[in-house]
Amino acid sequence: MIGVQNVTKYYGRVCALDGISFSVKSGEIVGLLGPNGSGKTTLMRILTGFFPATEGSVHVAGLDVATSSLEVRNRLGYLPENVVLYPDMSVRAFLHFCARVKIDGTAQRRANVERVLSECALEHMAHRQMGTLSKGYRQRVGLAQALLGNPEVLILDEPTVGLDPNQVIDIRELIKGLGGKATILLSSHILHEVELMCERVVIIDKGHILAEDTADHLSERIQGAANVRVRASGPRPSVLNALRALKEVDQVTEHDEEGDRPEEAVFTVRSSNHDIAREVAQTIIHSGWALHELRPVTLDLEALFVRLTREGQKEAA
Amino acid sequence: MFANFWAVLNKELRSYFLSPFIYLISAVFLLLSGYYFYSDLVFYVQFGFGLNIMENFWQLMFTDLRLVIMLTVPFLTMRLFAEEKRLGTIELLLTYPMRDTDLFWGKFAACAIATLFMLSFTLVYPALMFSLQPFDWTLVLPGYVGLVMLSLSFIACGLFISSLTDNTVVAGLGSLGTLLFFWILSWNDGATQFGLISTIASVSMVTHFQSFARGLIDSKEITFFLLFIIFFSFLTLRSLEARQWKGRR
Repeated sequence: MIGVQNVTKYYGRVCALDGISFSVKSGEIVGLLGPNGSGKTTLMRILTGFFPATEGSVHVAGLDVATSSLEVRNRLGYLPENVVLYPDMSVRAFLHFCARVKIDGTAQRRANVERVLSECALEHMAHRQMGTLSKGYRQRVGLAQALLGNPEVLILDEPTVGLDPNQVIDIRELIKGLGGKATILLSSHILHEVELMCERVVIIDKGHILAEDTADHLSERIQGAANVRVRASGPRPSVLNALRALKEVDQVTEHDEEGDRPEEAVFTVRSSNHDIAREVAQTIIHSGWALHELRPVTLDLEALFVRLTREGQKEAA
Repeated sequence: MFANFWAVLNKELRSYFLSPFIYLISAVFLLLSGYYFYSDLVFYVQFGFGLNIMENFWQLMFTDLRLVIMLTVPFLTMRLFAEEKRLGTIELLLTYPMRDTDLFWGKFAACAIATLFMLSFTLVYPALMFSLQPFDWTLVLPGYVGLVMLSLSFIACGLFISSLTDNTVVAGLGSLGTLLFFWILSWNDGATQFGLISTIASVSMVTHFQSFARGLIDSKEITFFLLFIIFFSFLTLRSLEARQWKGRR
């Protein structure tokens, strides 16, 4: 449904995308994950036909975006990053304007506007001027306009940014519900969120694809080893030795954290055994030490990038 | 086929007429043109009564209205593209299934309607004059045709400048400055006889308006204004398209 082949984009001399290729199958939800400035927005703007790629080609629904721009845009819903809408226009008037451009037939337009208002839980805000809306509601209006006309392809640039936790859950459910009906490419810089919404994840950084995999595989790959953070009080060397002596423990690192009480020690235990936490707990308690904290450490995006970049370097070497 | 044009026109008209701004601008426009009407009338009564009303009153009146339009149209055009760019809504509009020309002409038409709305109030002056002393109303017709052509060319110019920036103040001052410059060029023929400046002066819409003010509809001048509008529309469309060729190698 979406095909990106060897796309390169230069802004003057700055290279924003460097030979990116990937594809999205019909009905799939794919997450584009990367830190700020990694080229996510640039890629989405190329996909929506806002500007062309310097090199390479982009296809949406089998059509070349560069040569059949209007036909592509007819099949596309786009939520840009930082949706700021006309401040002195009401939500309903704005959606009616968008519907006039996107949909033929007055009756269908009306039905579509009411549908997206209810899907995005905006009915009670429909009469409000958009300038008076909170960030979360503006984001929903942005999403509502993208959903008008049931587009085959949805391009959503940071759909949940700026929303409060409840709204994030609502929007996430809404997007997941669209899976299968529409092909969705969404971007985010939050790993966890992409995991929750997307079947497949494309990770980009500095204009390159670092990894492309299903969310589950990627999780496994990242969490290939379980990491557990332990805070215990006891003589440091003995605790360290006891932990190292455990079976299936690959590595134990000791942390010197500021503000630590001298009798307490903090360690990270890395193991291929996902159930290592129980053994760690048993060891510490059986030795008569006190266990203050024991929790799994998940890798955040930053750590993931470090890991992936290193993997890439190893493969290259 | 024109559905998108109508959609844009409708949106822009709403944004013009549902905000107090157009009424404020119209008030200023009418205050200035009302004063010109009064002072030109006093001039006619004191120095030219009974003589040619066309030469001693209407010609002055149209020339003064020209200046008032010049001072107000930039305020109507300044936000049309600059604000879309500032808000970021231009990204939505340009990724909708809509041609750039629909967007441009929709905005152009909306601004033309807003300007004609302002201008229509000035019809009170000929009506008032006619009620005092009936005169051949076809005399003022060319003047109004000229004012409409002039307004449209100011709008084309203002839209182009608005498409170059994301700052409405810059867009407003830029078009005001450009229009004033064209006017100033018409002041001293001696200064604009040679070189490039004579070329610029020769395309000044301000001077091309004069034959209309004198009561003539000259097809040559109408063609000039149409070409002027087409030229600036072309530039604006290229400016909207610029995103397509930036970053090409």
